[in-house]
Amino acid sequence: MSLKHDIEFTLNGVKRRVTVDVTMTALAMLRDVIGLTGTKYGCGEGECGACTIQVDGMSLNSCLMFAVDCDGRNVTTIEGLANDSKADALREAFVEHGAVQCGFCTPGMIMQADHLVRNECCGDTESIKRGIEGNLCRCTGYKKIVDAIASVSGAQN
Amino acid sequence: MSVAEKKPRVIELDSLIGKRIPKMDAPEKASGRTRYIHDINLSGQLHGKILRSERIHALIKSIDTSAAKELPGVHVVITAADIPDQRPIGVARDHFPLKVGRVRSERDEIAAVAAETEEIAEAALKLIKVVYEDLPVISNPEDAIKPGAALIHPEPHGADGSHEHLKQGTTIAHKGKPDNVAMTFDYAHGDVVRGEAESDVVIEDTFKLHYVTHCCMGVSGMIAEFDASGNLLMYSNTQVPFLHKREFAEYLNMDPARIRIIQPPIGGGFGSKLDIYPFEVICLYLARAAKRPIKMLFTREEEFLASPTRQPVLLTLRSGCKKDGTLTFRQVHTLHDNGAYTSWGATTPFVMMQTFSSLYRVPHCDYHTAAVYTNNPYAGSFRGYGNLQATFAIEQHMDMLAEKIGMDPLAFRLKNAQDSGETTGQGMVFKSCGFKDCLTTAATRSDYTRKFKENAANRSKPGNIKRGVGMASMLHVGGGAKIYPSDGCGTILKMDDFANVTLITGASEIGQGSETVLSQLVCEELGLPISAITVVNNDTAITPWDVGVHASRTTFIAGNSAIGAAKKAKTKILAVAAKKYDCAESDLDLRGGFVIRAGSGEVVVELSKLLRNLHFQDKAELVMTTFYYEPPSVHQDKGFKGNVSAAYAWGTQVVEVEVDTDTGTVRMTKVTGAHDVGRVLNRLGIEGQIEGGVVMGQGYALTEDLMIENGVMKNPNFRDYKLVTAPEIPEMDISFIESMDGEGPQGAKGVGEAPSICIAAATANAIANATGVRMFELPFTPERVYRTLHGRTPKLYWKPWRAEQ
Repeated sequence: MSLKHDIEFTLNGVKRRVTVDVTMTALAMLRDVIGLTGTKYGCGEGECGACTIQVDGMSLNSCLMFAVDCDGRNVTTIEGLANDSKADALREAFVEHGAVQCGFCTPGMIMQADHLVRNECCGDTESIKRGIEGNLCRCTGYKKIVDAIASVSGAQN
Repeated sequence: MSVAEKKPRVIELDSLIGKRIPKMDAPEKASGRTRYIHDINLSGQLHGKILRSERIHALIKSIDTSAAKELPGVHVVITAADIPDQRPIGVARDHFPLKVGRVRSERDEIAAVAAETEEIAEAALKLIKVVYEDLPVISNPEDAIKPGAALIHPEPHGADGSHEHLKQGTTIAHKGKPDNVAMTFDYAHGDVVRGEAESDVVIEDTFKLHYVTHCCMGVSGMIAEFDASGNLLMYSNTQVPFLHKREFAEYLNMDPARIRIIQPPIGGGFGSKLDIYPFEVICLYLARAAKRPIKMLFTREEEFLASPTRQPVLLTLRSGCKKDGTLTFRQVHTLHDNGAYTSWGATTPFVMMQTFSSLYRVPHCDYHTAAVYTNNPYAGSFRGYGNLQATFAIEQHMDMLAEKIGMDPLAFRLKNAQDSGETTGQGMVFKSCGFKDCLTTAATRSDYTRKFKENAANRSKPGNIKRGVGMASMLHVGGGAKIYPSDGCGTILKMDDFANVTLITGASEIGQGSETVLSQLVCEELGLPISAITVVNNDTAITPWDVGVHASRTTFIAGNSAIGAAKKAKTKILAVAAKKYDCAESDLDLRGGFVIRAGSGEVVVELSKLLRNLHFQDKAELVMTTFYYEPPSVHQDKGFKGNVSAAYAWGTQVVEVEVDTDTGTVRMTKVTGAHDVGRVLNRLGIEGQIEGGVVMGQGYALTEDLMIENGVMKNPNFRDYKLVTAPEIPEMDISFIESMDGEGPQGAKGVGEAPSICIAAATANAIANATGVRMFELPFTPERVYRTLHGRTPKLYWKPWRAEQ
């Protein structure tokens, strides 16, 4: 029998209490227990960034975080950016700049970009590229993603 | 009321063509709301998992599933023994979804489980006991064709592709293969012996192309359910739903009319979803046995192991030219590693031979290839479909021949480049052809000629960083490809009371942006804003037939189909309006949601008002039209000759690199591309296609390498299989040559595959320009480049091989 554990945390601004298996990842909890599917499984080992979320303001791969470690923390997923004007600008920039093709990497990419923009880590396009190095995209060739983020952060070359 | 106020309202002409129109599905995707197959769950669903082989090549002596069946939460466990009506799948029908008696590769499916949760299904797999008897492993295609080589498909199983096995009463099993040759192709035009005799210069080299795989960000998956009446509903990522309906019906021995395929948005295709794979058929077996919906998703590791690859090719090319730069002949032999089973990879010679025979004017050409069975992963279709491999060899030889005769590489290419109005030795007819414009545009914008000379002169100067520039060009089908009996696409179009239009198209959206481009074409015809359209494109119960997303065909074929339906609707609307307003149809037009006077743009009536009148009043009519477009192309004859596509796409890419001769590291600094796309329909979308294709080509050239040793995949993960990341992308300067194809929708041609084709070839030429050393084997990893630069790579040579007649 696997061990269960009760945790309480803030998810997208709302307090949640969840019972999770101790071996469960935060990604599995978000998708399978809570039912928020915007956070994507791409590799399950922290290499692709499709599952990027923000925890206490830091961006991380939810596939590498245990669900129980969300206890007492402030967790934001792509769904949590729905009512956020800064994120609105970023989402619109992704759409307008053609940074979305198949779209599977997009939520993780936007979570990472949002983190970069909020922390002013993208003063030039090189730092944007570095900032999204952990997020793989197979469709776009990254250029339009970088352009989209730069348009919001005001980055110069 | 003053006269000025009564002035009629005028709608200015505003075209949607060539604009930067954002993808219609992008807002949902950017919000994380889009439900991919991974995000869909049906009530009552069970989870399916597959047990794969622990051996590479072995006989299966026994399978014991009894413990797995006892595990709580397990509903069904199946092996081949449970599916007596199992039929072989794949392009050559040589592949049972659940393996019978023998495993031939690492990914081979032995048993499958349906359980309450994925975890229980995984646990059940661990309880299945399989006893194997190992057989010799063939992991090198050259070994596969040696006399006395172990056979991969010796025993009767599978079929010979004749479909005889489908006749009532016949057994499924067919005679085994007496050798390891899966498929051969032989093509010729002219007389290469004469061509060689006329040559002043002849060169011959062997090129080696490696394994890479699609790496779609969304892993493969399927959900299947049989209803109470035995009808099958599938949620599938397929790129070819209508062909697969028929094929799944064959595999399940059921009526195709009872199969419905819904395609949720797809997390990347690139050709990987053109064939039916064992997991899909196994998912259906589980659904049939469990009488519950089954959801089956791959892990990333499984995605690497059990999804298709680009086919590795060993290729020996002999080419010649005259001193004045005229190409004389080309003779090509290739050996394809087919892997253990036959999928589309074996048929890539269809495309490869087009490039050899027709990219440049070559009076004499022959091409021989064999795809041979090994115990390696099996190759499928992948964006470019053999063209990356062919172009890699040809375009290096173009540079090498130019050097031999002391001619500028650009001038040499221009001298031999195809032009509009030519019919090639293979029977391809080039109507719109902007090849020479592509060459000169890419060369001019990159300052190719000056840099080429300067870099060559700088080679001997001190310093470990050497700069190089290289070019390569490509030819690819751009107006469909007539491979199946029809290469067509159907459209249903309906207009509602509010002058909104619903486009119901057979063409699938796989992230490439077809939904948006088709919408532009329809709205352009009907004078509507892009916001006035809804697209339905993912349900075989609703959408009309289409052959599928492949061969860069969707914009061209589905676009012409959509325009056809829209034109019919327009004719219908204008006829009604002309009658009502007592004028000629030619005096009227549609613009901005209004019926207007064609000359002045003056508003006659709101389109929505006219449409409402149609069915609420005297006419009792709805505006609904249908159209089926079949391109004016032909099937190839037995010698592979014929004009298979209604149009052809051209492109030239110039790659600039920096090579560190101390470490072998190659940095791609800039790509200058010029693509003949017929006409740009959506500038934003087409830029995205090109940029993405360039970076995919960069991965093929520099970083991606699926390492297979003795049939074992050494790097089935993103840590060790290196995709290009954002900091590594080159500066990209992309130009579009608008040759305005006469048959294309608004003049456009297909471009989906084009951008990844030239990059590896151009990179090889750039490395040679930088260092004076030629790279004949991909990928250009630091280790390989370093070894080659320092003379530690033996010269590749593969002696062309012919099957015993």
